[in-house]
Amino acid sequence: MVLYSLTFYLFSSVAVLSALMVISAKNPVHSVLFLILSFVNASGLFVLLGAEFLAMILVVVYVGAVAVLFLFVVMMLDINFVKLREGFLQYLPFGALLGIVLVIELGILFLTDRSSNIYNNQTPLQPIVNEVENTKMIGQILYTEYFYLFQICGIILLVAMIGSITLTLRDKGGVKRQNIDSQNTVDASTAIEKKKVKIGEGI
Amino acid sequence: MLNNIYNIFFIPEIFLACSSFVCLLFGLFLKKNAFRQTSNLAVFVLLLTILLVYYDSESNFANYKSLFSHSSFINFFKILALLGSIASIIISKDYFLGIKLKNFEIPVLFLFSTLGMMLMIASNNLMSMYLAIELQSLSLYVAAAIKRDSISSAESGVKYFILGALSSGILLYGFSLIYGFTGSMNFNEISFYLSKYDNLNLGLIFGLVFVMVGLAFKVSAVPFHMWTPDVYEGAPNSITGFFAIVPKIAAVALIYRFCLVPFENFYLEWSQIILFLSIASMFLGAIAAIAQSNIKRLLAYSSIGHIGYILIALVAANDDGIKAASIYMFSYMIMNVAIFAILLSLKVKNEYLINISDLKGLSKSNPIVSLSISIIMLSMAGIPPFIGFFGKFYVFIAAIEQELYVLSVLGVLASVISAFYYLRIIKIMYFDEGKSEGIINFQISFQSKIILFLSLFLIICFIFYPSLLINISASLTI
Repeated sequence: MVLYSLTFYLFSSVAVLSALMVISAKNPVHSVLFLILSFVNASGLFVLLGAEFLAMILVVVYVGAVAVLFLFVVMMLDINFVKLREGFLQYLPFGALLGIVLVIELGILFLTDRSSNIYNNQTPLQPIVNEVENTKMIGQILYTEYFYLFQICGIILLVAMIGSITLTLRDKGGVKRQNIDSQNTVDASTAIEKKKVKIGEGI
Repeated sequence: MLNNIYNIFFIPEIFLACSSFVCLLFGLFLKKNAFRQTSNLAVFVLLLTILLVYYDSESNFANYKSLFSHSSFINFFKILALLGSIASIIISKDYFLGIKLKNFEIPVLFLFSTLGMMLMIASNNLMSMYLAIELQSLSLYVAAAIKRDSISSAESGVKYFILGALSSGILLYGFSLIYGFTGSMNFNEISFYLSKYDNLNLGLIFGLVFVMVGLAFKVSAVPFHMWTPDVYEGAPNSITGFFAIVPKIAAVALIYRFCLVPFENFYLEWSQIILFLSIASMFLGAIAAIAQSNIKRLLAYSSIGHIGYILIALVAANDDGIKAASIYMFSYMIMNVAIFAILLSLKVKNEYLINISDLKGLSKSNPIVSLSISIIMLSMAGIPPFIGFFGKFYVFIAAIEQELYVLSVLGVLASVISAFYYLRIIKIMYFDEGKSEGIINFQISFQSKIILFLSLFLIICFIFYPSLLINISASLTI
């Protein structure tokens, strides 16, 4: 149990600290890298909770796709980040106010008596504790019970692909493309042409 | 029962999905005339799907883990959506060729969107409902932005996409609340769970309201209608036609099923929301359309108004309400197909018609076209011999049977106001001075002509044999 809480505090403190660094780092590329660190730590927290599938999805989707996309945008677009950062002090009081409101709300939430819940008469839904790990369980349900929905998801992705290709692909005129087939079928009879050149004249 | 594994391809949705893939590949490998050929193939595929829906008496697709449902109401609306999509593909073909927009993806996107609509109408589970809505609208976002060298088309696409994504988010939040408080995503199970209680608790009411907001956005009911005129105006005319004709059918069917299946015992809770949406849509649709000079914006407001009347039938929530909604939806589809078939073939100075004032003096140069526009407008206004009258008539009957007298009086009032702008178009065509000889020309392909004649025939001749549709719609069960 000690190990459990130790790992929990490790992951959560690194997550919070790196989240802080995301907004305070001077270099935007560093910000994105800290964002990735924060995501990885959050997925560590999911593993601790026993939701290893969510953890892996978090890494795959947020680190693998979203954060890399951010990195691309930051590196490829010429955004003046110094200018973006202007007015930090100006907005600080407002941000601090919002933060204080959030803290007060959280405090109220923790201090209220849970037993005075108005939905007491309804039994809350209990998670099903099972020996099978949850990736396997999701797979078992996804490919049997929700097979049709899985297929519909596939069609949605296909439509997204068709859409992005239709809206962005342009056929440019005047582009020279290599035609390997015609290059390979060239032989001496078609490649060389004999001409008789008259004296004193060009072709 | 499935006695042969290949019978799975005779399930309409699976058939449509597979043949959409075939259409995509077909268009991709065709060198010449890809757009035209793919459109023809798409129409053929949709016709076959209608046959499959019609003959599909026991659907295994529907029964599978009850993700989807199966009833006469669902089949009726599926056929309606398929018919609308066929008509809009046919009437838009020449327009696309006319503006040199020959992406073969357009009919394929229409097919995928229609598939999403069929799934939407049949969905019996919050998850399948969400995915179907996404499939349907994702294809439409792309379609709205398809004319990529035009700023207005791109604007309408982005606007539709952002607002659509926002509404999907709200919808999902509502779903999560409903799931959290009932413990199920299946419509019937939610209904069963709720049958133990007399009134909804706060969380469920919130969930219900959020889902209603999301669905109201999809049917573009006031106050969630802001996107409609802008998107209709910006998108290419034929895409606007598709927007006006088809997705509304699916969204209306879905909103009916969502109110009447899981929440059937909580009429008071949802009927207040629908009541407000309905009154607001009718009046805003009627009043805001008066000031429009762009025909596409005018039709957008007119469709908002029509949604208001259909929602009256939902507030009535009786068998007559279902009957009225199906008749109204049918007439709405027919009238929109007819008006867009004309709009997509009218050219003013070699540009497709946009301003209403360009119709000046049309009665002199093209008397038949102006007569047809007048008939459609009168029908939309709900003037008796035409089909539009029957839609409104049955809606008000359903409302009066449920003793919703105030609502029906308000509906009639809004209908009178909206008659003004429909009649104004007739006035411009017949009484405004202007020269249209040689300026306006009307070119229509043979196929669109057939569609136009069929829909005009239905609009005019519905009165002679109304019992066919009325008997069908009276037998529908949700």
